[in-house]
Amino acid sequence: MDFDFSDDQRLLKDSVDRLIADRYDFEQRKKYANEPDGWSRDMWARYAELGLLGLPFPEAAGGFGGGPVETMTVMEAFGRGLVLEPYFATVTLGGGLLRHAGSERQQAALLPQVAAGELKLAFAHVERQSRYDLQDVGVTATRDGAGWLLNGEKSVVLHGDSADKLLVTARTGGSRRDPGGIGVFLVDATAGGVSRRGYPTQDGLRGAEVSFANARAEDVLGDPGGALPAVQRVADEAIAALCAEAVGGMAAMHALTVDYMKTRKQFGRAIGEFQVLQHRAVDNFVALEQARSMAMYATMMAASDDAAERRQAVSAAKVQIGRSGRHIGQEAVQLHGGIAMTMEYKVGHYFKRMTMIEMLFGDTDQHLAVVAGGGGLF
Amino acid sequence: MDLKFTPEEHAFREEVRHFFRTAVPESIRRKVLEGQHLTRQEIVASQRILNEKGWAVPNWPVEWGGQTWTPVQVYLYQDEMQQAGVPAPLGFNTSMVGPVIAEFGSQAQKQRFLARAANLDDWWCQGFSEPGAGSDLASLRTKAERVGDTWVINGQKTWTTLAQHADWIFVLCRTNPTAKKQEGISFILCDMKTPGIKVRPIETIDGGHEVNEVFFDDVVVPYENLVGQENKGWDCAKFLLGNERTGIARVGTSKARLKRIRELAKLERVGDRPLIEDQKFREKLAAVEIELKALEMTQLRIVADERGRQKGKPNPASSILKLKGSVIQQATTELMLEVAGPYAMPYVASDEGDGRNEPGYGPDYAAGAAPTYFNWRKISIYGGSNEIQRNIVAKAILGF
Repeated sequence: MDFDFSDDQRLLKDSVDRLIADRYDFEQRKKYANEPDGWSRDMWARYAELGLLGLPFPEAAGGFGGGPVETMTVMEAFGRGLVLEPYFATVTLGGGLLRHAGSERQQAALLPQVAAGELKLAFAHVERQSRYDLQDVGVTATRDGAGWLLNGEKSVVLHGDSADKLLVTARTGGSRRDPGGIGVFLVDATAGGVSRRGYPTQDGLRGAEVSFANARAEDVLGDPGGALPAVQRVADEAIAALCAEAVGGMAAMHALTVDYMKTRKQFGRAIGEFQVLQHRAVDNFVALEQARSMAMYATMMAASDDAAERRQAVSAAKVQIGRSGRHIGQEAVQLHGGIAMTMEYKVGHYFKRMTMIEMLFGDTDQHLAVVAGGGGLF
Repeated sequence: MDLKFTPEEHAFREEVRHFFRTAVPESIRRKVLEGQHLTRQEIVASQRILNEKGWAVPNWPVEWGGQTWTPVQVYLYQDEMQQAGVPAPLGFNTSMVGPVIAEFGSQAQKQRFLARAANLDDWWCQGFSEPGAGSDLASLRTKAERVGDTWVINGQKTWTTLAQHADWIFVLCRTNPTAKKQEGISFILCDMKTPGIKVRPIETIDGGHEVNEVFFDDVVVPYENLVGQENKGWDCAKFLLGNERTGIARVGTSKARLKRIRELAKLERVGDRPLIEDQKFREKLAAVEIELKALEMTQLRIVADERGRQKGKPNPASSILKLKGSVIQQATTELMLEVAGPYAMPYVASDEGDGRNEPGYGPDYAAGAAPTYFNWRKISIYGGSNEIQRNIVAKAILGF
């Protein structure tokens, strides 16, 4: 039992932490957000240089063979910086699908391009009716000669507007909520029949509504009717990554709040001298440490091959992150007072990102129901 | 980063698990798991079984019977003990007065008291709180005056747990009334048979008798019963209160209780289904399990971190163990109350905590559900209330 980083992990952590500290303060982030894509191509190139874009990929596919701990390290730093670039969409989701569902040939063709920063991916999965149900897929894929034609609509595709290729879940058989009959299809984002409407999300990142009208898939990853286990696995890894990002954001938000309480004066003294406020800051600290513990737990369980055990662990972590994130977010705003209500102050942006993370890949209630339906965590 | 224990640690876990579950009688462990009071004899018997094995005081210096265990081993020992329902060795002996004597006491005191404390030959109780000194312990007024080679003690202590069983009491006394309040206190040992000591029971809301008032009326004890230096008793008190760090979360106890709740909720029925299938109930259970899993991870982080940390410099996160652990333990009692349902209602008088002699009125486990719920409200009050814990975190960690 060991919570230490290896030497390589420590080096990675140092370099990512330094990058975020040097290049991602709040003013720089505003600048990046105003660039045409809504994020910084220059930063994207730096992530590629540092090897972050190929971090979790096999070495044979141009990657560094990193695991969940490496991803956690990066995501926690990105959470602190409120990073805007499509790292999660491209590397965690898109890369994850290629790793778990793609063939060696597909991995060898695409992952090196991702690692080099030349290929951005997005995961088109959610639909209007599906909410958080991974097996609720209405988009269809039908055989057309040697290939597949997709029809239907996908919702809130993270960074779908800037992606070069989309990984789309579509149904090749079964009815809408059947676990079987789901495939993952690789579609060029500019292919005929694909239309995208991009928009900013509440947290300043990007999403898109994507529709397919006889859009031709380039390829299919693995079994065209048996992709659900891979999708579930990627979702679990994605949740572990989001938990780490959330911890980075919560820690930053908590630290800002404590600092503010020590400097803001009312009634002739720092508001941090008031016990009623101190105790609330302590409760934030407790919520943060509990969340950090569960993010680590999810990270260490994310690579488990036992799907049921992995799912329970990841769902438990998502519940903790959801609750801690909401608590710390609301309290950080309240303890700051009016200043936290303004766009020009950083805390509100953390609060918004925490709120969006809670909505991704299953909210707190949905994951609580997963844990409740299991046989117990002990 | 890895959650797996080493093969040696696994073997150690198996060894302690096997020992706890075979050497300590099932009847005692069952009572602990159901939150019932143990008799004096049961507590003594259980501790002597551990002590014979050399496991009653692993936290003590080796020369006085301690073990050279790693922090992980200490964790595994506590976790398995709690999960098996083995009564923890009497805290007043093993994590309070014992370590204080080992750290601050004279050689003669160590020889006279330590082995007997480990074996529970002497039962110790704690004379700290007073009617006017609770959270503000340093305002205590019980005074000890030096008269020749003796101390003469006058005053009153309260919330003295199991004083009715005790042979000795360690008392914080004011020995310099003019000094600043923390600086005029001494740590003095008293034989409970000394004339002038009177114990009066306090009945708690669960109907139990755990705590007492202890009155001191011209109680004369030898001067040599002072531990450490005169007027430096506050150092002993702080050392004692900071001693118990990870065990206080009682993660193992809560694990065992949640497992038991789950078992019982499969047997109790709501309409035509087991209670465990009631969505609302099982989400409440899951929510507590998640909190506990997070606390277990927090505890493991602290345990892992202790390896590389200087002694006496606890990981800041350790301060959340009591805050969170107490609330989780209390949450398990609420769940148990809900499982018991109507059969939580009959009140079964316990005979001085010596087990229930009357036949029960429903399932066996149900009689203890409400008393434990009532009784365990104490957990967030004693040992520095959760509000005091927040004051400590605010100052020591957040820097307010």
